[in-house]
Amino acid sequence: MLEVTSLKKVYRSGEREVEALRDLTFTVDNGDLVCLVGPSGCGKTTLLRCIAGLLEPTAGTVRLDGHPVSGPPPGLAMVFQEYGRSLFPWMSVRDNVELPLKQKKLPRERRTALVEETLDAVGLAGTEKAYPWQLSGGMQQRVAIARAVAYEPSTLLMDEPFAAVDAQTRADLEDLVRALWQRLRVTVLFITHDIDEAVYLGRRVVMLSSSPTVVQDEITIDLPAERDQLHTRADPRFTELRTHVYEQIQAAKRGRPSTEAAV
Amino acid sequence: MRRAAYVLGLPVVLLAAWFVLSAGSENFYAPPLRQILESFGETWTLDRLGADVVPSLLRLLAGYALAAVLGVAAGVVIGLNRRVRATVEPVLEFFRAIPPPVLVPVIMLFAGIGDGMKVIVIVFGCVWPVLLNTVEGVRAVDGVQLDTARAYGIGGPARLTRVILPAASPQIAAGLRQALSIAIILMVISEMFAASNGLGFTIVQFQRSFAIPEMWSGIILLGLLGFVLSLLFRLVEGRALRWYHGLREAQRRS
Repeated sequence: MLEVTSLKKVYRSGEREVEALRDLTFTVDNGDLVCLVGPSGCGKTTLLRCIAGLLEPTAGTVRLDGHPVSGPPPGLAMVFQEYGRSLFPWMSVRDNVELPLKQKKLPRERRTALVEETLDAVGLAGTEKAYPWQLSGGMQQRVAIARAVAYEPSTLLMDEPFAAVDAQTRADLEDLVRALWQRLRVTVLFITHDIDEAVYLGRRVVMLSSSPTVVQDEITIDLPAERDQLHTRADPRFTELRTHVYEQIQAAKRGRPSTEAAV
Repeated sequence: MRRAAYVLGLPVVLLAAWFVLSAGSENFYAPPLRQILESFGETWTLDRLGADVVPSLLRLLAGYALAAVLGVAAGVVIGLNRRVRATVEPVLEFFRAIPPPVLVPVIMLFAGIGDGMKVIVIVFGCVWPVLLNTVEGVRAVDGVQLDTARAYGIGGPARLTRVILPAASPQIAAGLRQALSIAIILMVISEMFAASNGLGFTIVQFQRSFAIPEMWSGIILLGLLGFVLSLLFRLVEGRALRWYHGLREAQRRS
């Protein structure tokens, strides 16, 4: 379980102070898929970096499975938005996926099996020897997902992972994330600025206000677990939920305090 | 075929021009190329190559390798540590600004006139481009790559050898390439000052004994040597940085 409590982050540079996160509290249950959505510039990435232990919060705590996060926790894997910069271009696809496993001191057979399994699961079997830059953007992000999954995390953080790929690739990758989540039963926290994506993917959606950020609202997405791009997006309930999220985001942008802010 | 024509075209034209223009030369100091080429074969026999070229090359390689290791090691330390960088950077700029040949007499006082002196001179000249480029390369490692390494527990030696050094390697290679031409220059200069063998020494000897065609043939050999070394360097670099050239190519296309 991931618990974020009263998280606050203030950036200081000289005399100037910028309050990126004001007071954020939410939890993600084990095995849940939660989408965080907010207006652009709402400090989503700051939040994610705090959760991943890459950034020290000014106040508040992040706890993963009961342990306070004070550095990158071992049970957590991250998929970055900038796949082109997060994969190491000097390593083959195989080495990119395998390097974190080597650091975990897994035996060779286990590593080989994991690399093969995860590349297969993201639909990239046979590309082990290629370099990341020889692949398309969507395929590179699949490599990054394979690397995260091979790490066998209990929690998977995804920071706007599909912001830089084209719409069709994006739909495929969304379905891939749903499928992996259902199969592996990992906890997924997915950050996006795309409202449709948040509603389509999530079992819950947490809406953030604009900066300084608080939780604006939170809803459960009561769509059936089996989702597909065609029918789910045409579902009247999908439209209702989408409208709700959209309104909340608009309210957040106008800076109006929400009347139904949940914790 | 066409590429070969482009590469060889100009050198062939230049050589032909030299050959034709110098053919009737009466000038003692600028003999006909024909004569120089004849003396090339006579002068640079296997014995001579072993006695003069091999020692030169060994000094060159020793100095260059030492400079590369020192430069990369110090560059990593300085590049990774902001405080160290702030402290040593002005001093580095000062040392880099000293033309290494002026240090040859000084180094001779301490290190004598043996191979050690020559290696030290080469190291002193070559270490700067390697060091400064490594510092820049290490500083410029992408923040997302470092975040990725941290998030996936890639720390300790692996962080250095699998992330930071490869990320900085294109810049390090640029420094090594500059250092190579400096190394050749310093090899010759240090041998001209004081030596009992070596290419620089031999060329000076020819000049002093007015063996002019032989002197010219030595200069040609030196040029060829530099050319072959830089060709070798490009070959090795091309293999080691295959990923980098491919990445650049891919980025240009998109």
